Amino acid sequence: MRPLSYARADDAGAAIALVAGHAEGAFLAGGTTQVDLTRQDVLRPGLLVDINHLPLDGVEDLPGGGLRIGALARMSDVARAAEVIERFPMISQALALGASAQLRNMASMGGNLCQRVRCGYFRDVNSPCNKRDPGTGCAALDGFHRGHAILGVSDKCIATHPSDVAVALVALDAVVHTRGPGGERATGIDDFFLLPGDTPDREHPLDHGELITAIEVPAVPMARRSVYLKFRDRQSYEFALASVAAAIRVEDGTVAGVRLALGGVGTKPWRARRAEAALVGQPANSGSFAEAAQQELAQATPRPQNAFKVELAQRAIVRALSTLTDGATP
Amino acid sequence: MSIDVVSQSAVRGPQAGTVVLSVNGRERKLQLEPRVSLLDALRERLGLTGSKKGCDQGTCGACTVWVDGRRVLACLTLAVTCEGREVTTIEGLSADGLPHPMQAAFVDRDAFQCGYCTPGQIMSAVKLLEEGHAADDAEIAEWMSGNICRCAAYPNIRAAIRDVRDTAGGER
Repeated sequence: MRPLSYARADDAGAAIALVAGHAEGAFLAGGTTQVDLTRQDVLRPGLLVDINHLPLDGVEDLPGGGLRIGALARMSDVARAAEVIERFPMISQALALGASAQLRNMASMGGNLCQRVRCGYFRDVNSPCNKRDPGTGCAALDGFHRGHAILGVSDKCIATHPSDVAVALVALDAVVHTRGPGGERATGIDDFFLLPGDTPDREHPLDHGELITAIEVPAVPMARRSVYLKFRDRQSYEFALASVAAAIRVEDGTVAGVRLALGGVGTKPWRARRAEAALVGQPANSGSFAEAAQQELAQATPRPQNAFKVELAQRAIVRALSTLTDGATP
Repeated sequence: MSIDVVSQSAVRGPQAGTVVLSVNGRERKLQLEPRVSLLDALRERLGLTGSKKGCDQGTCGACTVWVDGRRVLACLTLAVTCEGREVTTIEGLSADGLPHPMQAAFVDRDAFQCGYCTPGQIMSAVKLLEEGHAADDAEIAEWMSGNICRCAAYPNIRAAIRDVRDTAGGER
């Protein structure tokens, strides 16, 4: 690892000033991405500002049934918070199915949203990668891309967004609160993740020195019975090949409302808006679910090794919605 | 507060500076660069070689230690961030020269082959029981999945964990 400087911040203002005042400054929360990728020489921070002592780790009720999750709340603590399990089971399930117990104890919620992709070429400094070194090309396009994205891709980058919980948060229209040198702002989570387009190196609309302070989840009554299903090469401690966060409201056998988002298949946590639009007003049965899933995946751009994800994602959608409407325990 | 004032007071490194760690209940004063991992500080500077370096990238779990009572990965933790926190390693698990019940159960059940992953397995397993995720073998497997055993001693590791779980007074 290259030499670097370190500072422990006691308040958010100091942390922001320190990072903003150093061209190679970066925040250090759980460190599970930052330390790993710094050791791999993928990230080259000159100054790490330790934010773990800032009072941003609570999970608080919002009026009306929403939640405010502090950016430094750990994945493990949020997963087992009673109000999360009760109101947003898809969040708890997504967190518990991610990483390992040790990593969940370390990784923060804000850091989870900012985690970098697991593309082997991004992590290998000897490979071309437009995300790591803009303009060098994308080795995954014609390389090993079995785990790569089929939605939201560009000819510059096809890396899959790795987060599980972000998929649930996208389905729930969460809001990311940040504070930076220019003040505070709130960003809808779907806008917090940028498509790669021509600038895959830019993943979030964050200024240098801008700090995530909280993630707010608005009340979504139907999410009290929601599910996060994850399909992967091994049963545990693995990233998704396809995953689904789903909640559905059925009235008299007809879909009255639905939230659907996909993981493991998109360059960003993928809100399945086409499928949602196709489902509302339709009978809540597997035929409608399959038709909606097909419409969502019709926009996919598969490559030779990841073409199986088109079918896998559709089946995952049908499974998730069927699980919820069959009345069976997910 | 201006940036300059903040930086001058707070920034350390990149040169080595004094880092005070509390490891297994003992205060240890070290000269460390900020980039030094907790794992390297334990193994290379304090001679606590029980925590193992398997992958050094947060994949294998061989470096599992406790920081403030939570199981974490020492390879992805910078030592300097542990100032003011209590670090517990496998060397700090036993008391009065007697093995911890989990250590004894691993021996009884032959829960290893090469033994390289064992300290991490044990540090993880003790916390697994405290966290209450050991109801059955499937749950044990899920919540121990962050500790890879290249020799695949998993059935015996689960047996050792079950033994401690089922032994009244097995937890200290």
